Amino acid sequence: MIDYMAKHYDDLIRAALEHLQIVLITLLLSLALAAFFTILCVYSKTASRMIPGLLSMIYSIPSLAMFALLIPLTGLGRTTAILVLVIYNQYLLLQNFLAGLNGIDKSISEAAMGMGVTPMQALVKIKLPLSRKAFIAGIRIAMVATVSIATIAASINAGGLGTILFDGLRTMNPAKIIWGSLLSALLALLIDGLLRFAEKRLDHSSTSCSLP
Amino acid sequence: MAHAIEFQNVTKTFQGSLRNAVDHINFTAEEGEFITILGSSGCGKTTLLKMINRLYEPDTGKIILFGEDISSMNPVKLRRRIGYVIQQIGLFPHMTVGSNIAMVPNLLKWEKEKTDARVDQLLTMAGLAPEEYRNRYPAQLSGGQQQRVGLARALAADPKIMLLDEPFGAIDSITRARLQEELLTLHRGMKKTFLFVTHDIEEAFKLGTRVMIMNEGHILQFDTPEQIILHPADGFVSSLVESAREKERFWEKFK
Repeated sequence: MIDYMAKHYDDLIRAALEHLQIVLITLLLSLALAAFFTILCVYSKTASRMIPGLLSMIYSIPSLAMFALLIPLTGLGRTTAILVLVIYNQYLLLQNFLAGLNGIDKSISEAAMGMGVTPMQALVKIKLPLSRKAFIAGIRIAMVATVSIATIAASINAGGLGTILFDGLRTMNPAKIIWGSLLSALLALLIDGLLRFAEKRLDHSSTSCSLP
Repeated sequence: MAHAIEFQNVTKTFQGSLRNAVDHINFTAEEGEFITILGSSGCGKTTLLKMINRLYEPDTGKIILFGEDISSMNPVKLRRRIGYVIQQIGLFPHMTVGSNIAMVPNLLKWEKEKTDARVDQLLTMAGLAPEEYRNRYPAQLSGGQQQRVGLARALAADPKIMLLDEPFGAIDSITRARLQEELLTLHRGMKKTFLFVTHDIEEAFKLGTRVMIMNEGHILQFDTPEQIILHPADGFVSSLVESAREKERFWEKFK
């Protein structure tokens, strides 16, 4: 196993970087789309009833099936992988974003509205800052899920750590299987740890300004 | 001169409710009056108040402020011209006391110097030294201090009308008595119309230049405290006055 790393460390690093790249691109696109959905849900009662349900239905589709469904449309490769990952993330992100926004004390929203704060101003100046913890939590869960599902995306030639894992499975090479799984697990743990740290920091800095 | 507030046959029913929350209400209030609205919970007093800043829309009837029908005004602009204080206070916990008070002036895009000066003036008026309290967060204040900030925030853009929805309802009685005195002094010093909702009869009679007594969506009596005590309009009002006397007698026994 150590031999494999010594010989193929460049392959491992390249795969890990590819994986990270997929995760980061997915994150950026997911956030943009989730922001759009969140605003839609804030403004429209119908949207806030329909969209989360719809996204949870999509989320229940197994990832391999989803890849297969999209191949005729977008082909094999990274585009399809990222598309699927972005779609899955919507459920995780929106769920947490809306929970954060709805968790804000009703009296704060009422006071804001009664003072003549518009819904958009309330979102930007009051609701977003007050729910940033829930936002980071949502991003953390979505990123960890992305790391794991992106491994499966290697089955449609998306690259990343899954390539090494699937190669190992095909050629019955335990070193490849272990390194592929180990590195993707490490990546997930690393991202999880970093964002947990960020959450904690926000918690500390907001204890002085949140009501007991 | 137009009335400060005029209700013309205003009715509001909530979905799923059998009776009107506010039932064909007519009244006028003049500039500079301190009107307390007294009633038990569910009598429609909060509904009446929230229709003035259009948090609720009436089903029928008209509400006119200084001669202007509010249904034709932009609700956001209307709200910026009306002070609004609620029992839960609703200070923004992530903003300092100063930024909380500066909220409406900032929405109205006042010059920074003007806003800063106004914040300090209001803090002083609310009995909170600006240097000490300006940069504190709401969580670092007591309940009474928080509501002082709530009042200052509502007064920030110098509104002509102030709506106060049981502002002292969650405050201990000693602090409440002091805040009531201060509110009276504050009101005397300015030509603003106050509408103050409460379910506490002593508070209503102590503060109001006129008291509006409501029950089941109707106004039972709307008059000066003296007139109500001397000539209660009906059985409900006299029982209300009697209940306050009862309490008085209880305390008298221990003198």
